[in-house]
Amino acid sequence: MATINEISKDDLNWQIQYDSSRCTLCGRCVAACSFNAIKVDVEKRRKVVSVGDVPTPQVTTTTVPVIKQIARNASNCVGCGVCSRVCPNGAIKAYHEDESRFNIKYKCEHADSIKRGGRSNLNTEGRTLDKIKIGRISQMTDPSLDAQRHTFDVLAPFGRIIPPQELPFEVNSDGNLKISKSMPPVNWIYPIIIGDMSIGALSTRMWEALAIATAYLNEVCGLKVRMCTGEGGIPTRLLKSRYLKYMILQIASGHFGWNRIINTMPEMTEDPGGILIKIGQGAKPGDGGLLMAKKVARHIQEIRGVPKADLLSPPNHQGLYSIEESVQKMFLSLNSAFKFRVPVAIKVAASVTSVSVYNNLLRDPYNIVGGFFLDGIQGGTGAAYEISLNHTGHPIVSRLRDCYLAAVHQGKQGQIPLWAGGGLGMRGALAADAFKMMCLGANGIFAGRLWLQAAGCLGNDSGKCNACNTGNCPAGITTQNPLLVARLDVDKVAENVVNYFLATHLELKKLMAPIGNSSLPIGRSDALVSVDKNIAERLEIQHVC
Amino acid sequence: MCRIGALKSKRYMHPSVALRLMRSQQKGHDNSGFAFVMQDLGGVFEHYKDFPILSMACTDEGMHIAEKILHDIGFIRVMQWAPDMKIEEAYKLNIEPMPNYVFEVFNYPKTYKYATKEEKEDLLLNTRLKLRKALSESDEGYVYSFWPDTLMLKEIGDPKDIGTYFGLWDENKDFTAKIITAQCRQNTNYDIVRYAAHPFFLQGYCALVNGENTFYEKNKLFQRKLHKGYIGFESDSQCFLYTLHYVNKILKWPLKYFKHVITPLPYDEMEKREDAKVLSRIKSSLAHLEINGPNTVIAVTPDGTMFTTCDSKKLRPIVIGSTDDTVVVTSEVTGINEVLPQRDITYDIYPNEREMVVINNDLKVERWQQ
Repeated sequence: MATINEISKDDLNWQIQYDSSRCTLCGRCVAACSFNAIKVDVEKRRKVVSVGDVPTPQVTTTTVPVIKQIARNASNCVGCGVCSRVCPNGAIKAYHEDESRFNIKYKCEHADSIKRGGRSNLNTEGRTLDKIKIGRISQMTDPSLDAQRHTFDVLAPFGRIIPPQELPFEVNSDGNLKISKSMPPVNWIYPIIIGDMSIGALSTRMWEALAIATAYLNEVCGLKVRMCTGEGGIPTRLLKSRYLKYMILQIASGHFGWNRIINTMPEMTEDPGGILIKIGQGAKPGDGGLLMAKKVARHIQEIRGVPKADLLSPPNHQGLYSIEESVQKMFLSLNSAFKFRVPVAIKVAASVTSVSVYNNLLRDPYNIVGGFFLDGIQGGTGAAYEISLNHTGHPIVSRLRDCYLAAVHQGKQGQIPLWAGGGLGMRGALAADAFKMMCLGANGIFAGRLWLQAAGCLGNDSGKCNACNTGNCPAGITTQNPLLVARLDVDKVAENVVNYFLATHLELKKLMAPIGNSSLPIGRSDALVSVDKNIAERLEIQHVC
Repeated sequence: MCRIGALKSKRYMHPSVALRLMRSQQKGHDNSGFAFVMQDLGGVFEHYKDFPILSMACTDEGMHIAEKILHDIGFIRVMQWAPDMKIEEAYKLNIEPMPNYVFEVFNYPKTYKYATKEEKEDLLLNTRLKLRKALSESDEGYVYSFWPDTLMLKEIGDPKDIGTYFGLWDENKDFTAKIITAQCRQNTNYDIVRYAAHPFFLQGYCALVNGENTFYEKNKLFQRKLHKGYIGFESDSQCFLYTLHYVNKILKWPLKYFKHVITPLPYDEMEKREDAKVLSRIKSSLAHLEINGPNTVIAVTPDGTMFTTCDSKKLRPIVIGSTDDTVVVTSEVTGINEVLPQRDITYDIYPNEREMVVINNDLKVERWQQ
C-alpha cells in the first residue's frame, strides 16, 4: 500500500485546523504562508436529504473551495501561526501533533538529518537559573539602596585586565601615579552584549535594526551597549562610520567578510569596540557556522564574497591545533591588526573542557586574550542539525561558575573577563538571568535570540517555527526574500530593542538596590540561594527551603 | 550599628580616654566587648620604640608554646609588663578573661643584627603567624600583634567591666600612647571570637570599621591569594585593612589611592578627569577590592598618619574634632564632647562620601577630595 509509506498529513509535526464555516475565502492565509504549507483547493461535499414522512433519500453533491494543508517534505507547516494571525474570522490555526512521526519519516525519505533554527527543544532538565533566587536582602545593618534615587555603575570590562602587581605605574614627583608602559586595551561597556548574529543569518533589515538600536542606546540613552556583528561581513558604510566603535567584529572559521573589513581599514575613522574570535557556539558545539544556499541572496554573496552555495564554516579554525597556537597566531595577528588598541576576545561553546581552556588562557604570558565568552546549550542559531541542537552542548550555569572558581583558585579572577550566554533571557527576564550569572562570576552576558523575539519572532522552544534556516522566516527576521523582509518594520524593531534594554536597565537596578550594591555584584554568590539542594551544592551557594 | 573611635595626640594618653570616648556612645553599640590598639607608646614602653612587642592572651600552656617558638627563632625577651588585673573580682564582672595577658618586648635574633627593615618586618609577620597557628590549633590563646611600638587588647564582655578588670579606668603614666584606636563591640555578623573584634592590625597598619562590607565574599576570595598575612577573615571589616596594606605597602601607591580602590568613582565622573586612564586601570585591576555597603573606616599607617573615609553613598557617620594637641575621630559627636569638651566645635568636620580626612604627625588635619 503505497499510501501508507508516503508522507501524510498526520505524519507532520504541525497540523492545520480549518473551519470552513467561518472562512470567508479571503485568501490572506495562503498569501501570508511563507512556507507554502497551505493551498486553496476544492472539496466535494455529498449530502443525503430526505423530505417528507417516508424516506425518500436524495443526494446533493456540491464542490466547495477550502484551505488545505500540504503534506510534502519540502513545504511543511512549521506552526508559525501566521495564517491565524491574518485570518479575520479565526477560521484557521496550527496545532502541534504530539504523535508526529516526522523525525523518522524525514530521515527514511532523505537519508539526511533534519536541519532547523532556534535552540534546543529538549528542555527536560528545567532551567537552573529559575531555581535560584536573590535571597540576601539588605535590611537592617546595611540598608537597601533606592533604584530610582541612587546612582549605579553598570559597566563591565572587555579586554585583558592586568593583575595589580603588574600594573606599570610609577609615582611622579607630585605624588600621583602615572602609566609608564602601554597596556592591553580595556573597554568598559554595558554588561549585556547583543550576541553575534550575522548578516545572512539575519535579514539585512533585522541586522540594521539592531545596529540602529545599538547606536541609539549609546548616543541617546547613554548605555554603552555593544553589538557583535556575527561572521558575515559588515556594510562598508558602517565600517567607515563613527558607529563602528559600538560594534564588536567577529571572526569565525569561515572568515566571511574579512576581506572587506581589512580593505576598509585605511578608511576607518574609529576603532571597532572589540574583536570576537568565535571558536565554538553553544547551540551546535563542535560544528561550524551554516548558511543554507537558499539564504545566500545576491547581496549576501557580495558582502561575504562568495558564490550562491551552502556556506559551511569549518568546525575549527584551520591551522590552530592548540591553545598556544590560537594565542600566538590568531590573537596576536588580530591584536596587531588594530595596533593593539582593540581588545580581542574568544567565544567557545560551554563544554566539560571549558575550565581547561580558560586556565590555559589565564596563564598566557602575553596578556592578549581580552575576554572569555562561554556559550551554553540553550543558545540559539540560524541553522544547525537538529541532532546537534537537541543533544550536544553543556548547560551554561555550572560551567561559568567553574571557570570563575578556577580563576579564584589561582587568584586570577577578573583578569580575563567572563561573558556568558546561551538561553539567557529565554523567559523574558534577562535582567534576572544576567544578575544571577554575575553573582556566580560572570562579568557580563550576551543574548541573541531574545532580540529576535523583540522583533516579532514567532518561534518558541517547543518546536514552533524554528525555520530560520529555510529562508522563509514569516516575520522577515531570518530571510533574504525581499517580500518577507518587507514585513519587518526596521524602526519598530529598533524601538522594541531599545525599550527592552531600558526596561532591563531599570530591572538590573531593581535587583542591585535590595542587596545594597551600587556596582555590579560580580562574584557575589553569597547573594544567591537555591531551593534545589543539588544546584546549591554544585554552585556553592546556600541551600534554602 | 556599632561605633568606632580614634585618638591622636601630641601628648601620651591613657586608654581610659578611649574608654570614655566609646562609653559616651554606648547607646549605639551592644557593649559586647572592648578592643583597642595603642601605637607610638609612652610609659614603660617609651624606651623600647624599635623592639617588637608581643600582645597575646592565652592559657599557661599557651605561654609555654609561644615562648618555645620565640626562643627557637632566637628572640630574646627584654621587658614584660602586665596590667594590674582584678582577678579576684572577675566573678562580679561581665567579662570572660583569659588566664594570661602578655605584653612582652623582645630583641631580634642575633642573626638579624644586620638585617634590613623589610627582612625584620617579614620575620615579625612570620613569627606572629606561626604563634597564631600554634595557639589556634591547641586552642590555648590569641596572638594579636607582634610589632614595634604597638600594643593590642581584645576582650569579650561589657566594656565598663573590661575597663575595671584591667584597671583601665585608673589613669596612670605607665600605660600610654599617642595613638589609640578603639571599639566597644564584638562581632555581630559572624561568630563571636576575639580575632573578629576591631581594630585589626597588620605590619603597622591598623583599621577599624563601622558598617558592613557587602563585597566581603569577593574581597575575601581575592585577598587570600594576595599575601600570606591576609588570613582569618573573621569579620568582613578585615578586608579594609588588607586592602590598605596591599595598596600602600605592597603596591607602594600613595595613600590617596586607597580611596580610589575601595570606592572608585563612577565611570562618567572618572572619564572627565585628567587621571582617567590611571583610575580606570585601578578600577579594572582591583575590582575585587572594591567595597560596597555602608561603611566608615578609620585607619592608621606605619608612619602614624591617621585617616578616615566613608562608603560611596555616605551611609555611616563619622566626625572629627580637634584641639591644638589632640584630634579625635569617632562615630558620634557625643564622644568628642566627652573627651574634648573645650574644643571649638565650628572646626568639627563631617566628611562627605568622596573625602579622606587625614591627620598627620603634626596633627594637621587635611581634607582630600577623591
